[in-house]
Amino acid sequence: MWDWFIVTLPISGVAINGLLLVLLGVAVGVLGGFFGMGGAWMVTPALNIFGFPMPFAVGTDLCHMAGKSIISTRRHAKFGNVDMKLGLTMLAFDVVGIECGARLVMLLERLGLAGPVIRWVYVILLFLIAWLVFYDYFKERAIRRRTAAGLAPATGAVQWHVTLHKIKLRPIMRFPVAQVECSLWLPAAVGFVVGLLAGFLGIGGGLLMMPALVYLIGVPTFVAVGTDLFTVMLSGFYGAATYSMKGRVEILAVLLMLMGAAPGAQIGTIATKYIRGYGIRLIFAITVVCAMVSVILKQLGFNDAAAWTVMAAVSAITAVVVGGMVRGAARELAARREERA
Amino acid sequence: MTTRRIVRSAVLLAAVSPWLLAAGIHAAGGESQGALVHVADTRHLTGINLYFANLYNVARLLFTVVSVGLTGMLGLGLGMVMDVVVGLIGLDLNKREARE
Repeated sequence: MWDWFIVTLPISGVAINGLLLVLLGVAVGVLGGFFGMGGAWMVTPALNIFGFPMPFAVGTDLCHMAGKSIISTRRHAKFGNVDMKLGLTMLAFDVVGIECGARLVMLLERLGLAGPVIRWVYVILLFLIAWLVFYDYFKERAIRRRTAAGLAPATGAVQWHVTLHKIKLRPIMRFPVAQVECSLWLPAAVGFVVGLLAGFLGIGGGLLMMPALVYLIGVPTFVAVGTDLFTVMLSGFYGAATYSMKGRVEILAVLLMLMGAAPGAQIGTIATKYIRGYGIRLIFAITVVCAMVSVILKQLGFNDAAAWTVMAAVSAITAVVVGGMVRGAARELAARREERA
Repeated sequence: MTTRRIVRSAVLLAAVSPWLLAAGIHAAGGESQGALVHVADTRHLTGINLYFANLYNVARLLFTVVSVGLTGMLGLGLGMVMDVVVGLIGLDLNKREARE
């Protein structure tokens, strides 16, 4: 029965089950729309497991990421979640950082240290991000509990952006959608550092940009997700073009994945309507932990286990997000019916 | 005012485009693909697959334009179709409460 779905891709000649590509598109669409990331860390190993040579896996992922991000960014823009001014400002400095990060990698490569150093820096960074988000989540819960019980609130959740906003170095810029007014040099510096790390680690940057926007610039979680997706869309399109020119894009696979990503991205984006900002942060932290475990396994030489960890994590987290969206939508529809009755 | 806004946007775009270019180069993986030439095997292909494979082998620039254009159009088109589908379910897709 499954043979019916087998397609031979025209460029790479890989024979693959088309249904798997559509399902992968659904999962990555859901997570991308929900967290505001391109999801290269998920798609590339998955395509590689499916039999794509690595350069084709990366190129196909980038091309599909551009199309998928349009769907999610449109939806987030309608919710008022995209701050284009902030996105463009950060992107301009982000790419300078990326270039510096890439040069640092070249230096390490010459020293013969690139692989292990990059992976362990990645692990430490993912650990710190996960720790920060978990710490913030549980701190915020403690504050809520104490407030509900009428007790004096505990010390505040992570508020680094309040301190950073005190830097009044001109020019001062206002980002209306994010409702942030700060020195231009704050998003510039954050964009540069995120770019530096993304360039050094060889990742898209969505995984770093989202928490940076929330904790360092003080952007609400929803706007952080939408703005991050906007920047992912711009870089994804250029990535798609340059990889197509290099001949490493399997266009039929892109189209099949987009078929799945279209409903997936809608589900992921709409799920942000029903799940609280802190809920998004918690699921994000769990995702980061899964990414970290996968990198550790890869570093230890368990490549198959690393790839399967990613697949299992993607499936489980997608199920959680879809469940949250379905429950929220059912509540909304029930409330509507009650209103009408 | 509108003209000034257009000029400002054009200047901004011109300033940002080299960085976008660099971002794309980075997104491309940062590593050189070397002189490896890949040719699609068209012997057993038919229909749209044959079209894509021929385009890939013969006109790489056109293949790039078609790939990026198709991706963009399909993303936009499918997004609009899904808007209609989700709208038919009865969900309000134009507003939501911001709850941290």
